[in-house]
Amino acid sequence: MTALMSQMPEQLEELSSSTDFTLSTKSVKILSSMPDNGGSYYSNLKLQPLETHEKAGYQLCSHVEDFIFTKAGTVPKIKTQLSRDDIFSTIMVRCGIGRNNYRVAPGLYGVGEPGRTSEVLVTANFKLSFDHLRQELKGINVWILVLDTRGVNVWCAAGKGTFSTSELVHRIESTGLNLVVDHKRVIVPQLGATGVSARLVQERCGFRVVFGPIRSRDMVEFLQNRRRVTPGMRQITFTLAERFVLTPVEIRIAAKSVFIMALALVFISGIGPQIFSLEQAWNKGRTGIVMILTGVLSGTVVTPVLLPWLPFRQFAAKGIVSGSVLAATLLFFLPLTQGGIKGSMALFLFSVAISSYFAMGFTGATPFTSPSGVEKEMKRFIPIQAILMLISMVLWIYSSF
Amino acid sequence: MQNLRYLDGVSTLKLSQKLCVGCGLCIEVCPHGVFVLDEHKAHIQDLDGCMECGACVNNCPTSAISVTPGVG
Ligand code: SF4
Ligand code: SF4
Repeated sequence: MTALMSQMPEQLEELSSSTDFTLSTKSVKILSSMPDNGGSYYSNLKLQPLETHEKAGYQLCSHVEDFIFTKAGTVPKIKTQLSRDDIFSTIMVRCGIGRNNYRVAPGLYGVGEPGRTSEVLVTANFKLSFDHLRQELKGINVWILVLDTRGVNVWCAAGKGTFSTSELVHRIESTGLNLVVDHKRVIVPQLGATGVSARLVQERCGFRVVFGPIRSRDMVEFLQNRRRVTPGMRQITFTLAERFVLTPVEIRIAAKSVFIMALALVFISGIGPQIFSLEQAWNKGRTGIVMILTGVLSGTVVTPVLLPWLPFRQFAAKGIVSGSVLAATLLFFLPLTQGGIKGSMALFLFSVAISSYFAMGFTGATPFTSPSGVEKEMKRFIPIQAILMLISMVLWIYSSF
Repeated sequence: MQNLRYLDGVSTLKLSQKLCVGCGLCIEVCPHGVFVLDEHKAHIQDLDGCMECGACVNNCPTSAISVTPGVG
């Protein structure tokens, strides 16, 4: 048995080096004394081309299906189909779990059978951006140049200066792109224009930047259209679905302060005629926590999702509207309050202030809010939110007496 | 984005028509359709649509455009 096993690698090599071998049960017969797992040897054989790229201490990425030989070295060829793992990770990342570490190695990749005239698409090394792009490229042959943006998407990285002229130039040079393609052209997503100056890229490395569509799903049409965008491709959108996928991360951002607020509220709830009562802290605090959660939900989910339909332009004002409706409904239908009308008033104001605050935070996640506008909004609404908070706390304590 | 607009009268976007050479790059990169080209000059047609992302500033060959968020 041991002797047979040590023979195996040779046998397998022999098999795979002859191109026209057939893998019948006969050829597996040499393993007849082995446990019945012939199927796994078959799959090993199929993986053979990739195995030749194995390197001690490294692991092959699941999105790589082969390697392409170019004058600038081997380039991984990537799949256009997301695996179950990719999709699972996408969901985790969308929920804000492990978001900081979801990246791919920067560098050059290939899709399909790219050649010397194939286009070069530039993207960020945030794995979601990369996945998003590759799954839209089924059936076409292109190169993908991944810039190092520290795992941040194109839009945010361009604003932060990591998706930049210098990084693009550096990556074009370090990958030896001029050895791989004959043309001197790279396609940069339009939202990267905030960080990439087409003129400077051309000056520094001779490559011309063509700004492609904003959304990856327009990419194939753009390429078939001889690299011309239709007007719609240039305009940013912020649809219901696009807003909705951002909400889990908003909740997660809020989670920490919610915890602190809840503790503080429970403590304050205990203050009463007997100075401090643990029982009262729990009884009143419970209802308070429900109202905190209502406010957070209103600010981080309801307001973002209903954004275009809520009145007012300022997000903080939109948050007051949705927070008021939710809090009033809850207080009306549920006999939550200990502390009568004063307590209800306090909880209402508290919830509204929280909703307004977190709704304001969402200005940082949209593609249409100008920093000058956000500044103006914050200057006006932070004092309002603070005053609402203060009044509600005073009322809340007062309601215990 | 006609259904989603942010505050009016806050954008710090400025365009100097004197410097503009009408290359059209600002129109190409702006995600909010803020500019139009008319008689070989760029014009701001929708100032309040501007989100001050700086894409146009970064790509204008003659530095005809400026945005200065956070100043004033
Ligand atoms: S700053 Fe951005 S949104 Fe404003 S005009 Fe320039 S490209 Fe358009
Ligand atoms: S990019 Fe500058 S020069 Fe070109 S059209 Fe716009 S403003 Fe004029």
